[in-house]
Amino acid sequence: MLRIHCPYCGVRGHDEFSYFGDATKTYPPLDAEHHDAWVEAVYMRNNPKGEHVEFWQHTLACRRWLAVRRNTVTHDILAVMPARERPVA
Amino acid sequence: MAERYSVWSLLKHAMGGHKGWERAWRDPEPKKHYDVVIIGGGGHGLATAYYLAKNHGIRNIAVVEKGYIGSGNVGRNTTIVRSNYMLRDNTPFYEHSLELWRGLSEELNYNVMFSPRGYLFAANSQTSLDGWVRRANIMRLNGIRAEILSREGMMKEAPYLDYSDNARFLIYGGALLPDAGTARHDAVAWGYARAADQLGVHIVQNCEVLEYLWSGDRVVGVKTTRGDIGAGKVAAAVAGHTSVLAQKAGLRLPIESHVLQAFVSESIKPVVHHVVVWSATYFYVSQSDKGGLVFGGHIDRYNSYAQRGNLPNIAETTQGLVGLIPFAARLRLLRHWGGIMDMTPDGSPIITTTPVPGFYLNGGWCYGGFKATPASGWCFAHTIANDAPHAYNAGYTMDRFAKGRYIDEAGTGPYNHLQ
Repeated sequence: MLRIHCPYCGVRGHDEFSYFGDATKTYPPLDAEHHDAWVEAVYMRNNPKGEHVEFWQHTLACRRWLAVRRNTVTHDILAVMPARERPVA
Repeated sequence: MAERYSVWSLLKHAMGGHKGWERAWRDPEPKKHYDVVIIGGGGHGLATAYYLAKNHGIRNIAVVEKGYIGSGNVGRNTTIVRSNYMLRDNTPFYEHSLELWRGLSEELNYNVMFSPRGYLFAANSQTSLDGWVRRANIMRLNGIRAEILSREGMMKEAPYLDYSDNARFLIYGGALLPDAGTARHDAVAWGYARAADQLGVHIVQNCEVLEYLWSGDRVVGVKTTRGDIGAGKVAAAVAGHTSVLAQKAGLRLPIESHVLQAFVSESIKPVVHHVVVWSATYFYVSQSDKGGLVFGGHIDRYNSYAQRGNLPNIAETTQGLVGLIPFAARLRLLRHWGGIMDMTPDGSPIITTTPVPGFYLNGGWCYGGFKATPASGWCFAHTIANDAPHAYNAGYTMDRFAKGRYIDEAGTGPYNHLQ
């Protein structure tokens, strides 16, 4: 079990949360000129072996969206923040 | 030339107390240069080397493996072999794989214990059954055997499933694919390794690829923990770590790595005669020749490169087991393990040439790599030898996402962790 420290609810097991993947993506304007940028945003992944910033939603409690920085090898959770406060590249 | 395995060689060595057996494959020092270096000594890498040597006459090949043969995903799956696809890009590929499975023990002179015992799908809702009627009809139009079973038909095939009034999910009916089954996964790795070795392939174990050697924009070899190895062509078959090795070649991939767990119970008398799959929790089980129930469920659903799983997923998967087969509640879990899956956004693999000259890629196998082993090696060998895909793997490109040509059997949208 991963233990995620929700900033609103405290430390909870990860089975209260839903996972939504890579949180470092930014989305381009909705027009045909940005096809490649959309392919990058929707499909491509850094998939790091190491630190990964990812979305979790606290589905079974406060339902807030969180950004979690976690190591994909050790599963150590290094930081948890409200999704809108995440660092964006 | 190594000795052929047969009843005669068995008798001969029995006379000598089984002390005279040679090792199944050599343990060579890597040479300075090969025509083809294959990264990854799993099932797919070894099969690729075998078919390159056998079908394409390229014998100056090394397979470099960071651990030992059989330590990766080829030994971490639930050994299920099936061909139950309905999309045009999948059907011929998996049918070809099944065809190769049927003759594999003879082909490799190694008993891979391929057991086409049938794949039995238990539908837990009318919707699920309707989905299978559609799938089975498409398969039958493509010449693949599939049968739809009523609830009574399911009771006849698998009387030990929960048909009682207490069942959490009623079994509405099901589907039977008589040509699917299981194979012994270690034997597949060892059989391909031995057969490739006999054709001159070097299998270099404990040899991790750190980065590539370049000549301009062309990959011309690999830098490894056992020194530099030059290569005419470098081919990666490292599912689980495809992103790591592809990024070193400058490629961006639509892959996330996730851990998938597999489980084995203590041994019991033969009772589960098929591969049984259940739609209620997504659960699959078969019984090994030793008697253990071999079963699995979903991935752990968060990115991971750790070859171990979490407890909530063990609970979910075993709930699937007990929900479907109530007597299994009294069994003890003997062991479980995790393997790293390349999850793609459409659930289908990648076997392709790449924009990097001299570099070829095979990965993105999601849950389904083991069954594909023979055809994956066969097609990847063709792709490497001819610098172009075979018709069977022509759809498994990297750019299908940009072009909108997804091969999305599951239809869950572009979410790697939901495939």
